[in-house]
Amino acid sequence: MSDNPRSESVVSVRDLWRTYRRPRTSLFGPRPEVHALRGVSFDVARGSRFGIVGESGSGKSTLVRLLAGLDRPSAGEISFDGRRIDTLPERRLGFLRSRLQVVFQDPMGSLDPRMRVRDIISEPLGRQPGRFERVRELLEAVDLPADAGRRYPHQFSGGQRQRISIARALAPRPGVLVADEPVSALDVLVRAQILDLLADLVERYALTMVFVSHDLAVVRHVCDTVAVMRQGEIVEQGPVRDVYGEPRHPYTRELIAAAPSLSAALSGPEEG
Amino acid sequence: MARTVNLVAGAVLVGLVVLVALVSFAWTPHDPLLVDASLRLSGPTAEYVLGTDRFGRDVASQLMVGARTTLYVGVVAVGIAALAGTPLGIVAGMRGGWLDELIMRVNDLVLAFPALLLAIMLGAVYGASTLTAMVAIGVATVPSFARVARAGTLQVMSTEYVLAARAGGRSRAWIAGRHVLPNISGLVLVQSSVSFAIAVLAEAALSFLGFGTAPPTPSWGRMLQESQELLAVEPRLALIPGAAIALAVLGFNLLGDGLRDRFDPRLEVRR
Repeated sequence: MSDNPRSESVVSVRDLWRTYRRPRTSLFGPRPEVHALRGVSFDVARGSRFGIVGESGSGKSTLVRLLAGLDRPSAGEISFDGRRIDTLPERRLGFLRSRLQVVFQDPMGSLDPRMRVRDIISEPLGRQPGRFERVRELLEAVDLPADAGRRYPHQFSGGQRQRISIARALAPRPGVLVADEPVSALDVLVRAQILDLLADLVERYALTMVFVSHDLAVVRHVCDTVAVMRQGEIVEQGPVRDVYGEPRHPYTRELIAAAPSLSAALSGPEEG
Repeated sequence: MARTVNLVAGAVLVGLVVLVALVSFAWTPHDPLLVDASLRLSGPTAEYVLGTDRFGRDVASQLMVGARTTLYVGVVAVGIAALAGTPLGIVAGMRGGWLDELIMRVNDLVLAFPALLLAIMLGAVYGASTLTAMVAIGVATVPSFARVARAGTLQVMSTEYVLAARAGGRSRAWIAGRHVLPNISGLVLVQSSVSFAIAVLAEAALSFLGFGTAPPTPSWGRMLQESQELLAVEPRLALIPGAAIALAVLGFNLLGDGLRDRFDPRLEVRR
C-alpha cells in the first residue's frame, strides 16, 4: 500500500455533511431536507479508542455508515490511512473492507436468520480457502463453543449473537473496528461481558476502535477520546478525562449531569 | 393450534388431488375416453361410482385424469410466473431508481391486462390448447410474483445483515443469492400456492369457454362445459367437476394461508 502506515490518524473526517431528502409533502415547492450531519470534523488516532456519544437522532448512525463506506456524504472528506474513501465507488473499496469492520447494534437483525454461524462469520472472507479454519480461531477468540459454527443465530442468546457479530467483524483481520451501539440492545450483565470482550480484543489485536453510543458512562468506561454529537454537529471533543472532568459546552454539561454513574448504568434499566 | 389447521387441511386437500392424479397414470376404474352409447347418462352405480356422461364415458375416470391436467397447467403456469417474476422483483428491489420504476410500471401494465383476454388472444393466434392457456395464465401471474419479491427484497435490503455483508465487501450478486433469495423464499412459496389456486380456476374457466384444453383430453373445466346443456336434466355432471375445482382451489388457498402463518417473519423472531 502506498499509504503512510505511521500517519498519526487512521480515520480523518473533514467538514462532513449528509443531507437526506424527504419525499415531497406537496406537489409544489422543494422536497424537505434533513441535515443528518452538518460539518463534522475529527481524527481518530491509530490505536486509540474513540468514542462518539450523542442522543438518538444526533447523526451517529449516519456517521457510522459513512465511515464504513456504506453511504456517501453530501459534502466533505473522509480519509482512511490517508486515502479518500468518499469518492470511490463501492466496488473499489476492497482495501477498506479488509481493514475497517463494523459491529452493528441489533444482535438479531445483523445476523441472517437463514445462515449458519460459520457462514455468517466467514462472510467477509468470501470463498477464501481455509475460511472455516479461521472461523474456529474466531469462535475461540470470542469465547463461543467450537460447535457453534454449525448452528443458526436463533439458537443463541443476545450476548452470544453479539459475539458472533464481533467474530465476523474480526474475520478479515481489520485494523479498525467501528462498534455501533454494540451493547445497547443487551441486558446489564451481558453488557459488561461484551464490553470486557471488546476491550480484550482491542488490546490483543492492537485495534483502533470507534465506539458509538448514546450512553456516556459506557463511553467513559471504554474510550480514551470522545466526541459529543448533537443534531448533526460535534459540540465538543477531546480526551475523555478532560471532557468528562471539565465539560466546556453547556450541552455536554447537561448530558453529564443527566447521566447516571457507571455503576448505576451497569445495574439499572435503560431505554434502547 | 388454530393456525396449523389451515396448513393441515390445505395439505390434505392438495395431497388428495396430487394422489388422484398420480394414481390415474397407473389405474382408472374405466377408460376415461371410452364411449359407450348403451351406458349414456347412467346414474351412480356400483361399477360407475359417479355415473356416466352423455357419451357413456365414466365420470370418475375422467375426473381422475382431469386432476392431471389441472396440476400440469398449474405447475407450468406458476413455474413461468415464479421464474420470471421473482428475479424481476429482486432486481427492482435491489437496484431501485429508474430500473425499479421501469420494471414495476411494465408490471402494472400486465396486471391491468385481463388474463382471460390474453389467453383468448393467444388461443386465437396459435390455436387454443393447454399450452396457450398455461402461457397466458403464467404471463398474467408474473406481476404478483414480482410485487411480492420486490417487497420482500426491500425488507431484506434494509436489514443490518445486508449492511454487514456490504461492509464485508460482498457483491450484489452474493447478497442476492445468499441473503435476499433465502429470506424471501417463504413469501414466494406462499405466493405460489395462492397463484396455483388462481391458475386452476383460470384453466377451468378457459376450458369452459373452449380456449383451454382441447377435446378429448379430460379437464375439469371441459367437463363443466359439456354438462351445461344437460344442467336441468342431469345436474350431477356439473356438480361433480364443480366440486372438484372448488375443493382444489380451497386446498391451495388454505395451504397458502397456512404457509403464510408459518413463514410470518414476526413469528420467526420468537421461534
